Amino acid sequence: MDIRSQVSMVFHLDKCIGCHTCSIACKNIWTDRKGAEYMWWNNVETKPGTGYPTKWEDQGIYKGGWEKNGDSISLKGAGKFKGLFNIFHNPHLPVLDDYYEPWTYKYTDLIESPEGDDQPTARPVSLITGKPIDIKSGPNWDDDLSGSPDYARQDPNLESLSPGEREAMFQLERMAFYYLPRICNHCLNPACVASCPSGAIYKRGEDGVVLINQKVCRAWRMCVTACPYKKSYYNWSTGKSEKCILCYPRLEAGLAPACMHSCVGRIRYLGVMLYDADKVQEIAASDGDLVQNQLDMILNPFDEEIIKAAKANGVADSTIKAAQNSPVYKFVKEWGIALPLHPEFRTLPMLFYVPPLLPVMASISEKNNKAQSEQLDPIAKFWDDQWLYDTSTEEIWGSVDQVRFPMKYMASLFTNGDEEKVKDVIRKLMAVRIHRRGKTVGDIDSVKVEKVLSDTRMSADTADEIYYLTSLAKFDDRFVIPPAHREQAFEMLEHTSDMKGATGFGFKEAPSRGM
Amino acid sequence: MTWLYNFLFIALPYVALTVFLIGTIYRYRGTKFKFSSLSSEFLEGKKLFWGSVPFHWSIIILFFQHLTAFLLPDAILLWNAQPLRLLILEVSSFILGITAFVGLFFLIFRRTTTSRVRAVTTSMDLILEGILFIQIFLGLWVAYGYRWGSSWFASALSPYLKSIFYLNPQIDVVAAAPLVIQLHIALAFVIVLLVPFTRLVHLLVYPLAYLWRPYQRVMWYWNKDKIRNPKTPWTLFPPKNN
Ligand code: HEM
Ligand code: SF4
Ligand code: SF4
Repeated sequence: MDIRSQVSMVFHLDKCIGCHTCSIACKNIWTDRKGAEYMWWNNVETKPGTGYPTKWEDQGIYKGGWEKNGDSISLKGAGKFKGLFNIFHNPHLPVLDDYYEPWTYKYTDLIESPEGDDQPTARPVSLITGKPIDIKSGPNWDDDLSGSPDYARQDPNLESLSPGEREAMFQLERMAFYYLPRICNHCLNPACVASCPSGAIYKRGEDGVVLINQKVCRAWRMCVTACPYKKSYYNWSTGKSEKCILCYPRLEAGLAPACMHSCVGRIRYLGVMLYDADKVQEIAASDGDLVQNQLDMILNPFDEEIIKAAKANGVADSTIKAAQNSPVYKFVKEWGIALPLHPEFRTLPMLFYVPPLLPVMASISEKNNKAQSEQLDPIAKFWDDQWLYDTSTEEIWGSVDQVRFPMKYMASLFTNGDEEKVKDVIRKLMAVRIHRRGKTVGDIDSVKVEKVLSDTRMSADTADEIYYLTSLAKFDDRFVIPPAHREQAFEMLEHTSDMKGATGFGFKEAPSRGM
Repeated sequence: MTWLYNFLFIALPYVALTVFLIGTIYRYRGTKFKFSSLSSEFLEGKKLFWGSVPFHWSIIILFFQHLTAFLLPDAILLWNAQPLRLLILEVSSFILGITAFVGLFFLIFRRTTTSRVRAVTTSMDLILEGILFIQIFLGLWVAYGYRWGSSWFASALSPYLKSIFYLNPQIDVVAAAPLVIQLHIALAFVIVLLVPFTRLVHLLVYPLAYLWRPYQRVMWYWNKDKIRNPKTPWTLFPPKNN
């Protein structure tokens, strides 16, 4: 057993309001530089939708991730032989137009244009060529289902649905969507690391953050292809790939990453989990229930044996303590309500999602709601169609079967097609609601509440804990960041007495090109 | 004319080799961030295929052919002893030369006409591609006009090149050679000289080590078994990560 700790995350999709604050926080800190304008290390997508870069989930186009090859796995579009063979021109590299051409506006035209009959306008100009452009797309062009015929209908996950189911999803009165915020998953079996010919990408042993050494990266651009989540980006100006660094300078100082700290919906949780690194290759190549296999790798931080083995392996006591308090461990392992995104890519992503309940659970039915309309203030604009958007908890599990979002769609995102697994999670989330409603409003029969809880193998206490961590959790409950022991790390990096009188250490060269 | 020959075939080679050595080492150590070829595929991916792929494959094979003729002239001569084999070698190399030439033409065309790629093009890129273009053209001319190059390179030019490395330059043969051949040789040294100042440094860092490293890479600040053992002094080994 080789026990390591991994900084892992949970995003609770029910709580995401799609405000993009996370993306902006990240952009302001890390990517508002030349060559990185088009990069969104954190982006928020509307689902159903094609995402950013367009159709990133379709590995028929981008050839990202691992594929099963007999008993083992190999990279789909990169690797030792494919990578070195295609080094002069990578046929699967997404290009700028798959993302969007970054632009700004010529604001000075507004004040410096000569007097004329028309109002001056600020024309958009490309941030690459400096020439005027017609803006054709942006990083969230399909936000809130805008342009659905062109975008949402192209969602690669719809392939698992029958044409009828697909049509049903896009009927105006049935339309539903939710947001999917994405960052690098800091995978346990990262495809980006494996694909890098220079060996510039590595996983930090201490906390599992995946980083790209900017001095070693030589623009062979294989990681961009290999990452199935398209979370490694090529900086066209410096000729280096860049990716989410999980704000490691902040983490080391005990702060939450900027996207998580700023999250308005408070949907984000971060904590460490212990796992057995010896199992990584075996699990990545395993058959059957990929989600369960991945969860099996994650170890119980309360188990005496595990604690002993972790200590023997150099995991700090403070890290073990953090693993015991980890909100992520609770969501993922204890409660089993968070799932990895696209486990079939086999990178063992360590960012988990609590699937959204609302768009799924609300059922719509045709009802005559005349009585209700009559009660409305006559000047209020009342709803005169016959559709009722129903989030009631009348039917216990009936509504899971009449959902607006086909379970197949959710399963294609989170469980490699296993509908039962998503349903199980949705039921648990529903049970928490029913339990809380019974407790606070009191209009639900206690027999029903008990049945719901026992159906989902949950105790009332667990339901209360889930409720607490979902709705009331404070900053320190949501982010349990282990101390980085920088004092040791620093001494290990450089001999401090050698550094006396020196100008500093680390990256001393200006990160610019030429030649 | 001796002074010119002395300059082109004695002074230039030594200057070129010295600058190459010191320049690349300095650049590797001092400006490692720039030690690569700035890929522009992200900005333009389709035309690049028709330039980069034919150019690279053929220029690399041609490079190794030159290297073999220089290091193992006898092997080339032995191969060429049969006219058919000589013909095969000459014709295939000529085709490679043309492929490289056309590929490079596409690359230059793409670089100068695509506005996105122009945004990341430096003047050094254009100078380099211009020189390479002339050099391949001269090479084709030599191959076509002064047959059979593979044999006389091995028998006449290799000794000259070797004499440079033995610090005892013998330039009689090159001084007597036709002008085109002289230009091809001199320009080759100019290219060597330019390596540290251009994107050509990328061929020195071909990622061969990828073939035998394990796919996954994990880095620790320190040996994790020793990390929390107060008995190990932390100054024994130099840091590996930086
Ligand atoms: C050792 C093996 C080599 C490798 C792996 C290699 C790789 C590359 C790569 C990845 C690019 C960037 C292509 C892009 O824009 O995406 C490039 C560009 C270039 N390489 Fe090489 N190369 C090699 C050898 C050479 C040689 C021998 C020469 C010429 C003597 C050469 C000359 C060039 C030039 C001129 C460009 C710029 C092409 C452009 O206009 O975009 N390379 N090379
Ligand atoms: S999400 Fe992509 S970039 Fe991030 S670790 Fe996984 S493979 Fe690498
Ligand atoms: S800040 Fe939070 S709520 Fe807003 S879009 Fe990002 S993840 Fe969603």
